[in-house]
Amino acid sequence: MDFQVVVLAGGNSKSLTPLVSKDVPKPLLPVANHPVLYYVLHQLEESNLKDLIVVVEGEDAGLLVGAWISGTFVDRLHVEIAAVPEDIGTAGALRAISHYLTAKDILVVSGDLVSDVSPGAVAATHRRHDAVVTATLCCVPISGSSESGSSGGKDKTKKPGRYNIIGLDPRKQFLLHIATEIEKDTRLQKHLLHAVGQMEIRSDLMDAHMYAFKRSVLQEVLDRKDTFQSLKQDVVPYLVRSQLKSEAVLSGIRQAEEDGNEKVSFPNNQVMVSQILANASTPSFHELYSMDPDGSAQTRKTHKCCAYIASSSSYCVRLNSIQAFMDINRDVTGEADHLLSDNVIGPSPKLGTKTTVGPHCMLGEGSEMGDKCQVKRSVIGRHCRIGSHVKVVNSVVMNHVTIGDGCIIQGSVICSNVQLQERVVLKDCQVGAGFVVTAGSEYKGESLARKEK
Amino acid sequence: MNPNPNIDFSHLCFLLFLQKSTKFFERQLSMDARRMSRAVPRVRQVGFFTPNTPAQQPQPQSAAPSSESPPLSDSPASNSLSPVMIPPPRHLSDNLGGRTAAVPVPGREISGELPTVGSYNPSESVLWLDSPPRSRIGDEELSEGAESSLGWYRRSDSAKFASSLPSGGFNLSTAKHPESVAAVEAKNPLPEQSEVQKEQASSSKPLKAKTTKAERRALQESQRAAKAASRAEANKSGTPGGAPSSKPMKQPPQKKDGPPVASSIAASERIGVDRSVEKERKKDLPPPRKQFDDESRGGRAKRRSVLNQPEARNRVELFRHLPPHKNGTQLPSLESKFFELHEKHPAVYKVGLQYLAGDLSGGNARCIAMLQAFQEAIRDYSTPPEKTLTRDLTSKIGGFVSFLIECRPLSMSMGNAIRFLKSRIARLPLTLSESEAKTTLCSDIDRFINEKIVLADKVILRHAATKIRDGDVLLTYGSSCVVEMILLYAHELGKQFRVVVVDSHPMLEGQKLLRRLVVKGLSCTYTQLNAISYVMHKVTRVFLGASSIFSNGTVYSTVGTASVAMVAHAFRVPVLVCCEAYKFHERVQLDSICFNELGDPDAISKVPGRVDVNYLDNLTDKQKENLELLNLKYDATPSDYISVIVTDYGMIPPTSVPVIVREYRKEYLLI
Repeated sequence: MDFQVVVLAGGNSKSLTPLVSKDVPKPLLPVANHPVLYYVLHQLEESNLKDLIVVVEGEDAGLLVGAWISGTFVDRLHVEIAAVPEDIGTAGALRAISHYLTAKDILVVSGDLVSDVSPGAVAATHRRHDAVVTATLCCVPISGSSESGSSGGKDKTKKPGRYNIIGLDPRKQFLLHIATEIEKDTRLQKHLLHAVGQMEIRSDLMDAHMYAFKRSVLQEVLDRKDTFQSLKQDVVPYLVRSQLKSEAVLSGIRQAEEDGNEKVSFPNNQVMVSQILANASTPSFHELYSMDPDGSAQTRKTHKCCAYIASSSSYCVRLNSIQAFMDINRDVTGEADHLLSDNVIGPSPKLGTKTTVGPHCMLGEGSEMGDKCQVKRSVIGRHCRIGSHVKVVNSVVMNHVTIGDGCIIQGSVICSNVQLQERVVLKDCQVGAGFVVTAGSEYKGESLARKEK
Repeated sequence: MNPNPNIDFSHLCFLLFLQKSTKFFERQLSMDARRMSRAVPRVRQVGFFTPNTPAQQPQPQSAAPSSESPPLSDSPASNSLSPVMIPPPRHLSDNLGGRTAAVPVPGREISGELPTVGSYNPSESVLWLDSPPRSRIGDEELSEGAESSLGWYRRSDSAKFASSLPSGGFNLSTAKHPESVAAVEAKNPLPEQSEVQKEQASSSKPLKAKTTKAERRALQESQRAAKAASRAEANKSGTPGGAPSSKPMKQPPQKKDGPPVASSIAASERIGVDRSVEKERKKDLPPPRKQFDDESRGGRAKRRSVLNQPEARNRVELFRHLPPHKNGTQLPSLESKFFELHEKHPAVYKVGLQYLAGDLSGGNARCIAMLQAFQEAIRDYSTPPEKTLTRDLTSKIGGFVSFLIECRPLSMSMGNAIRFLKSRIARLPLTLSESEAKTTLCSDIDRFINEKIVLADKVILRHAATKIRDGDVLLTYGSSCVVEMILLYAHELGKQFRVVVVDSHPMLEGQKLLRRLVVKGLSCTYTQLNAISYVMHKVTRVFLGASSIFSNGTVYSTVGTASVAMVAHAFRVPVLVCCEAYKFHERVQLDSICFNELGDPDAISKVPGRVDVNYLDNLTDKQKENLELLNLKYDATPSDYISVIVTDYGMIPPTSVPVIVREYRKEYLLI
């Protein structure tokens, strides 16, 4: 179908410390015992997209990710790993691999997306409208935000900041405005409003960071505007802003197309054919705007920015904060368990007597639990050893964790190789990899990590 | 569609008798030409109810509407100089431009009368199809044009004209009855009619007696051919869910065509011509369309299809056989399969999506878009190893087509274009290399678009513009691209006229047309279909577009067209249907029930931009079970209401459609 897929896997994310570290880059952060990148790759594989470019920030992370992918998707996917320097942003990463891009359209997917939105649907919308960019929008999961209210006040205050202000045309097909960071005020373009007539401003939609771009335009924008750092904050808003006066952006391409038409032996007929086609199709406001008042020639250059709005039933969350990490873990084991193809409870967990594992839980293989434990809505990784009288609620416990007797863990994330000694009480904490929590200590809402040497 | 289909013969005779008395008076007034013209064929048909004259279908055809105003009909010579003649099909090498240029366009204005239409001159065309057994028959007997112009007396001495329409006439048999039913208006006297019957009976007798051995053998063979044909016909017109009203009318003529009743005349005439034609026709015949209420076939189709078929609940009983509408609900499932449909070319896929989403509508545009997508697919095509291009590409195109059908049922024009393309592929010389073959096909497609659509439109608008005079008020319905071009062209020519754009819910296509017309400086009136009878008073011409025109002259077009034509007819306003000849189809359709397309049923219950008009939304599920929404896309306009068809071969009466189909179909398959 002439699409190329670029997965922007990222590297070390500051917002996710202490969960991510040098050894566990963000793409490999386990979500329900699978690296987060797995979800994206799995989704793409389901859609029959097997040639991928995975862009990873940092050489080391690139090696790790590459090793994992080649181990997991041995002969199922054909993946090229491209390691780019850190901190050049998503736009910079695309700029760096620009010479790999050859297809007509590029599908850019963020590596931290956990969703069941079909990439094909986005691509189809893109093709149908012949758009320059198509952004995937999804409803902000309402259930997630309401439930997570219990799990900490600091995330609550953060939340509204993640919303986007998105303007759509009445038919909800075109993107008219996108502002990802809430400023005090946001500006709408008058001529755009005038052309469309009606704009719907919504804040309950989230940019899922799955874009389809027209390659030529993307490359030109990246070349021309070398200050652009991020796709989401610079490139897409720029394209949306300039859709009715697409400056030089499209001139080159349009010219080429017109030249192509000239070659045909019946230029006059060609005009008539295109006229017939144009008259028969439903004109979008772009076409109406680009026409002269007398309706004849197209004088103004426009391009289309489309939006694909995922249905509210589909699941779509980005893993870009610890809160999101918790939510995803809970949802993947719970309501959105169709994202995982394999079973939720590992093959051979050893449970002690009177130990209860509630619903929406996941136990990795080789984990052992002592007597009279309680596990509710939690994910426990592989080869964990959990003593007796331990309570784990709303938490994520990664691999090779040792938990002593009588620990109570609520709403916390415990990374790999952590050792919790006896009678530790953790509430809303994040414990970095390899950390040792001394016996009897109590923490609330803290982030514990090993000091970097 | 038929106003009064169940009127019987005796009733008809009675009416004829009644009207006979007024005949003289009306002639004196030299009344509306259309009425007259319709009168003449009607009465002839009345004669054909006798059982042993089964194959005389061409007559309704040969009657050219308006060619016989009373004084003219006396002189045969005047009619052979008919204003629009279809040139003989011998010049196959001619390109379209040259050919259409040869069609003399009537320049004269007939005030208060219909736009001029003439009878064609089929004597040459008949000769072209001639075959040895037929050459026995004198040419003058075959020259149907002369017969029709002569009227009753002359025609009756030649009983052999029956098969002068070897391919078209067959289909027409089904059309005969409804037309004759409408003969209520006929004004010719009864005695004439009985005379005809007598004469025909007498002329058929001696012929039967002198059949030779060769003739008998020929007869046998022809019967065989006729049998096969009737089977094909039965297949084609078999409509399980069809209208009950259409059935009884269809049956008798088909039976008559069968061997036992067929008279020797018809049979002996058919031989030779028919067999070759028949063979070819069987090849050309589109397979019977899928009936969606047929359980077994539906099941098979479901398994094969890319899209899920929506359930048949809440669909109007009478229209269950039509493929259900797929828009909206099906879009997501198709979209999510975007990358899985490997074998579909992206261009084809895009066109399919546009059909499905309704972004692209209109017969010409859909056809062009499809052909261009195929062109792109052919350009990117490479023959897999151990396969031949001809076969593999044909199956590939077939796959594309079935995909497009799933997105939206094909229009007739698209079907014709696909047939053209497939025949081009089949005829590719084997010696051609792959790249040569591909460029040949691409240029063929280009030529099809240019000649059959673009050039045809140009010719049509020249023809039609002659019918627009200063001070006219033209009415058009919906949004037809040809009609729009005509209006703009006439405006460019500096003619002073007004346009009434009639529109209808839910598509409101007329608004788009209106916008473009107003922008160009035409003075327009816009109204809805329900006000048609009020605006029709002022209208002097009605221009309509068509999705397809069938062999019996029925115009298949956007729903609502039939009502416009009917109202116009009632107000004695000429109706001009503008349609490119590539949209003609050899099928015969009497109603819009057997074949139609269902639109989005929810579209009719909503008013765009008015969310508050939602009276149907808050029904409970149980109440909704009693509700069936029907959104038909097309309707069929009987040829009675159509004054003239403006096509790229000139202006023709609706009865001449089969001639175009017969004479030019082959040639365009050959291009």
